[in-house]
Amino acid sequence: MRIELRDIHNFACQGAGLEVRSGELLALVGPNGAGKTTLLQVIAGLVPHRGRVLFDGVEVQALPARARRVGFVFQDLALFPHLDVAANVAYGLRPPDWPAAARSARVEELLALLGVPHLRACHPVRLSGGEQQRVALARALAPRPRLLLLDEPLRSLDPEARAVLGRELRLLQRELGTTTLFVTHDLDEAAGLADRVALMQAGRVQCVGRPEEVLLAPPCVQLLEAPCTEPAGGCSACG
Amino acid sequence: MNPARRHWSPWGLVPVALALGMWELAARLAPVEDQALFPPFSAVVRELYDLARSGVLARNFLPSLARVLVGLLAGALFGILIGAAMGWRRRVGGALRPILSLLYPIPALGWLPLLMLWIGVDELLPIAIVFICSFFPICYTTAGGVEGVDPRYIRAARSLGSSELRTLATVILPLALPAIFTGLRLEAGMAWRVIIAAELVAIPTGIGALLMRAESLVRVDTIIACLVVLSIMCFAFERTFLLLERRLTAGWR
Repeated sequence: MRIELRDIHNFACQGAGLEVRSGELLALVGPNGAGKTTLLQVIAGLVPHRGRVLFDGVEVQALPARARRVGFVFQDLALFPHLDVAANVAYGLRPPDWPAAARSARVEELLALLGVPHLRACHPVRLSGGEQQRVALARALAPRPRLLLLDEPLRSLDPEARAVLGRELRLLQRELGTTTLFVTHDLDEAAGLADRVALMQAGRVQCVGRPEEVLLAPPCVQLLEAPCTEPAGGCSACG
Repeated sequence: MNPARRHWSPWGLVPVALALGMWELAARLAPVEDQALFPPFSAVVRELYDLARSGVLARNFLPSLARVLVGLLAGALFGILIGAAMGWRRRVGGALRPILSLLYPIPALGWLPLLMLWIGVDELLPIAIVFICSFFPICYTTAGGVEGVDPRYIRAARSLGSSELRTLATVILPLALPAIFTGLRLEAGMAWRVIIAAELVAIPTGIGALLMRAESLVRVDTIIACLVVLSIMCFAFERTFLLLERRLTAGWR
């Protein structure tokens, strides 16, 4: 699914615009307070805004979050603490679309895919950071979302686990072909995982392009190394 | 550590045993003519046994129990429903909070004269008193618990396609359970206190009425036996809600 954002305004976005191509994995990078998380929440329908959000050319800004079929892995994961892993993963699978048998099968399929079938009866509080990340990803993928939004999905992991889960995430995304937008602070992670990278600063997307174009272009490097409160003039290397 | 384990210690029995022993000793050392006003613990136990065996205790205890159960359950049900609506929807909370704030400070027993005139002295009166006693605190703790649910979980539920009502039922209310149970535990004991007071003042049946009859007959052993029953019931109700809370929140708290 192709995503277009046009002139998005709210408390954190100042006319942000972005296009995410169908099936690609796009990394959204930028300094703290740039509006990256808010932009994901705009796409998911979780925060109010002005401007247009289009899924495959169809405006969806009037659609409530529950009708958008977007999978979201939150920065803090937000696994439901009172539900066990299986119930967390099954939360988005409701009848009549998901009868009981199909729901159970889907939960088992995802737990196996993410390598955590042995944790199905555990509550999130008993899981390690990496296990929680995997469960959060399984929960977001369970209803077969049209779009996957990942807000710093690997942040709380140690470097080794981060690298492993990052690679798995990339393989999974390619296998499923789900259009994915992920926020990260780690430029190496963005360069290693993403098809394209978008740089956000002061509520606007300043430049978008292949990782090497965006991350190595001097104006963008300056933005990332010296975050400022003034909107940048854009990245000439990326157009 | 869960709340039940935090409160339970076998050492807590030592002061109880000491107090009972001192009571028994002091009463036995007192002159015989004073023992009618200060009976030993063993006499109270004997009286409790006699009351139970003769059926007097059951005849007076069961009406009180029924009144507490009906009043408390009705107060909890309405308190949870209205409190959840207040915490869930700001407008409902904003609309109801002023009137509830005006009514909440009135002691439950303060309603007694008014209710006696409005509904008369019958079974509904003590139930209404327990209802009033239970409703307000449970309503407030539920509203606070619902408001206090981390908005991250609500956002997560919405992003997974959950309707508002389903989010309330499957995420918000379960996560507000600890706060709701705090209100239930407090009011479970309070319900027994007000029912006894209401029965002392206005109702001719129940443990409170038995207390009044014992007072007029100067039966201190009966009075203390009734107080022991009251104490056990307060403890048992609070404990039941604590165990229920543990069962419902096991695994994640």
